[in-house]
Amino acid sequence: MASLESGAATLPELARVPWRDRTSEATLRRDSRRWTACTAAHTLPHLATAGALAALNPLTVPLGAILLGHAWVVPELYAARGAKVTRVTGRPEAKAARVTGRPGTQAEAVALGLLGDLLDHRARELHARSGLALEPGRFGAWLLGPSGAILVRPGGRIVHCYCVRVTEAQLPPSDRTAHLLLALREDEAGFATLANLVFAGVTWRLRRRLAGSARSALEEAVRQARAIQPAGPGDDSR
Amino acid sequence: MSQLIRMDHTGHSTLAEWTSGDAASALAAAAALREQLEEGWFAVVSEGPGRARQVRELPLDAPLVILRRPIAGG
Repeated sequence: MASLESGAATLPELARVPWRDRTSEATLRRDSRRWTACTAAHTLPHLATAGALAALNPLTVPLGAILLGHAWVVPELYAARGAKVTRVTGRPEAKAARVTGRPGTQAEAVALGLLGDLLDHRARELHARSGLALEPGRFGAWLLGPSGAILVRPGGRIVHCYCVRVTEAQLPPSDRTAHLLLALREDEAGFATLANLVFAGVTWRLRRRLAGSARSALEEAVRQARAIQPAGPGDDSR
Repeated sequence: MSQLIRMDHTGHSTLAEWTSGDAASALAAAAALREQLEEGWFAVVSEGPGRARQVRELPLDAPLVILRRPIAGG
């Protein structure tokens, strides 16, 4: 299995976000812990209140049930936001069709051919089924779509969802994915630095929110991530 | 035959083709690349799964040079 190689090159786009720490194993673990703490801060008060109310007066159990529902819904909403990064919209195709006079599907077919050339056989098949490109990396297995990326961390238990896209609005979906793929291959840490984190959490929670085809792509990414050795704490240079 | 292509709204456009033995075609491709870089495109050579490098000059031995637009957090 190939993996993203380390190198001196950095994405030029990083000049736009000089305040961000360059992504490393340490920052990924920190982001994951922060997300867990944030989720706990949103849910534990509901759980505690529901328990306290039930202890004080059993008549408040229905109210406690509503609070428990809130405690369940909040992380689900976060996961739903993460799942949105895999959405493939038809809008860029329609825009391309308007600009070129060519059917959007024709531009997409051309773009798909190029993306297919960039992917290996298995990744190409997975993309045909799901619209998502699977790319192994040092930080885990990446799933790339036209407007975002999912990083399945080594071991497959934790995912990070990123909103990231090419700034050109009139590209067919496969070209948008190819942009992300090339940027990721150029500089994985820079790619993760540039992208906006929209969800970090357990894989099962995200899986439930994905469409069927994206879910099968996630399963494949999890299988790949299980084969990736986690980097050590001192292995952050890239 | 090497190619310089640009990912754009048509899927992609071929801007230049060259062979290492043909100096004229290589010069034309290098000029086309410089022009695109000045317009804000980034040139990338994919080197297989997991590897790509950005270039500022035309790599004569590369079979494919791809021009891409900047990306940003959404």
